[in-house]
Amino acid sequence: MFDKHEIALSVKNLNVDYGDFRALENISLEIPARQITAIIGPSGCGKSTFLRCFNRMNDLVPTARVTGEVLFYGQNIYDSKVNPVEVRRHIGMVFQKPNPFPKSIYENVAYGARINGYKGNMDELVERSLRAAALWDEVKDDLKKSALALSGGQQQRLCIARAIAVEPQVILMDEPASALDPIATLKIEELMQELKKDYTIVIVTHNMQQAARVSDYTAMMMLSKEGSRAGTVIEFGPTPQIFTSPRDRRTEDYITGRFG
Amino acid sequence: MNGLFANEDGRFAPRLSLRLRFGRLFQLLSLAAVTLGLIVLSVLILDIILNGYKWLRPEFFTEFPSRFPEKSGLRSALQGSLWMISLTALMAFPIGVGAAIYLEEYAPDNGLTRFIEINIANLAGVPSIIYGLLGLGLFVRGLELGRSVLAGSMTMALLVLPILIVSGREAIRAVPQSVRQASLALGATQWQTIQNHVLPYAMPGILTGTILAISRAIGETAPLITIGALTYIRFDLKGPLDLFTVLPIQIFNWVSLPKAEFQQLAAAGIIVLLGVLFSLNALAIVLRNKLQIRW
Ligand SMILES: Nc1ncnc2c1ncn2[C@@H]1O[C@H](COP(=O)(O)OP(=O)(O)O)[C@@H](O)[C@H]1O
Ligand SMILES: [Mg+2]
Repeated sequence: MFDKHEIALSVKNLNVDYGDFRALENISLEIPARQITAIIGPSGCGKSTFLRCFNRMNDLVPTARVTGEVLFYGQNIYDSKVNPVEVRRHIGMVFQKPNPFPKSIYENVAYGARINGYKGNMDELVERSLRAAALWDEVKDDLKKSALALSGGQQQRLCIARAIAVEPQVILMDEPASALDPIATLKIEELMQELKKDYTIVIVTHNMQQAARVSDYTAMMMLSKEGSRAGTVIEFGPTPQIFTSPRDRRTEDYITGRFG
Repeated sequence: MNGLFANEDGRFAPRLSLRLRFGRLFQLLSLAAVTLGLIVLSVLILDIILNGYKWLRPEFFTEFPSRFPEKSGLRSALQGSLWMISLTALMAFPIGVGAAIYLEEYAPDNGLTRFIEINIANLAGVPSIIYGLLGLGLFVRGLELGRSVLAGSMTMALLVLPILIVSGREAIRAVPQSVRQASLALGATQWQTIQNHVLPYAMPGILTGTILAISRAIGETAPLITIGALTYIRFDLKGPLDLFTVLPIQIFNWVSLPKAEFQQLAAAGIIVLLGVLFSLNALAIVLRNKLQIRW
């Protein structure tokens, strides 16, 4: 489908169960490198669950069981010899609600690098990461200030800087702007366009305009069939195609607002 | 017409003034309850202060107890209390925090865990003399520690452990899950997450709980009498295996003597004990208000 792009993540026959409730069913798709892939769909269809499969955050839910494969540049991250701790350094995550540590701005950015044994100059890394997250100019004079004192939008960009600082290849974002005002949202969207030069981005959003504006590829999720609560990807392709000529009737209904 | 407004057509009988009077009555009753409590407390404290203040002179803190009231002091009791709370904290803090971490961060959510949790909560309510009996059998006789301050502290550590574990768990639970996720998502291990985030952010709460547990231990008398702490000690406490006494036991000893001066010494001892307890509680409140993270 996208022969011009390298594949960063490849999902094969993925299922997720929470206890005896099947949340995701039979998903297979390929995420292109250094592109923005949006995951859209009605709430409760499993977008967050799907996103958490990419950095094994579902391992933290005791009842969750993931079957199938997620290949990260060819390596199955669910292979028994792969430790989730290692996966998460390469595949970072930004959460729905900004969640900075109650520490200084500097410490927030430096933390991930420090625990992963970063050997370079920490001051430089912090500056570089904050610049990449378009936050440097606003905070450069008070790096010692508590991160909790920043505005919501600044906190979210700090969380992006923090994720960047461990030099991941992929950044997962779960509705990163849903708790922010329109101006802060716009900043995050602009930032994503910058970031995609270096990083593969997968973003969950319930906002279809946002998906249309920012993403290169779109995965449309839905409950797999009437009466079932298991979500699946019903259509995946280049964003313009999904939004202008969807192949699946349900996609069309959803993006034209005739659905949920 | 019944009220100020025109649409009162008789389908409601608001009886506003009666309702307001009822409210006023209950306001006064609760004020009376508060006042009564405060008055009783003030009278008690005032009585003790008037009784004991003139004995609060330097010798009171540097002299051993004696047959002569004017030569009597809290020296051995202060040493004993200080040794006891230090040893108690030293033993109970790491075990309490460790147990709290295990239960909150590691333990699977199963029947066994819930059984342990319920039992810890129940242990916090066991009468303290039971701990004294346990200490007597286990530490004084079983481990042959004798009636030493170490045996007393181990008993006291058992007694405050449930309090420490319960308050530690509450402090740990107050750290939002989102912070743990943030740390783990950066490639931190579970232990790094606990060590660098959960514990530091929970620490003000843990310390507050520890201080309250210690102030409980300072005031406890029954278990120490049970394990055989002495009431009359005229030598310095030099090591963990020495015999000991503590503030409330010394006070108890003075109260039981007939001479009026000893009653006043007891009052002076109570002033010291209350002073220590109030300071500790104040410290706990300051810790909670100043260091607690507001998420
Ligand atoms: N930790 C969990 N335990 C059990 N069920 C869960 C858990 N997280 C999500 N679910 C369920 O999985 C389904 C998908 O949830 P989620 O991935 O959060 O959807 P979305 O992000 O699309 O709103 C929902 O039915 C939800 O109730
Ligand atoms: Mg979600």
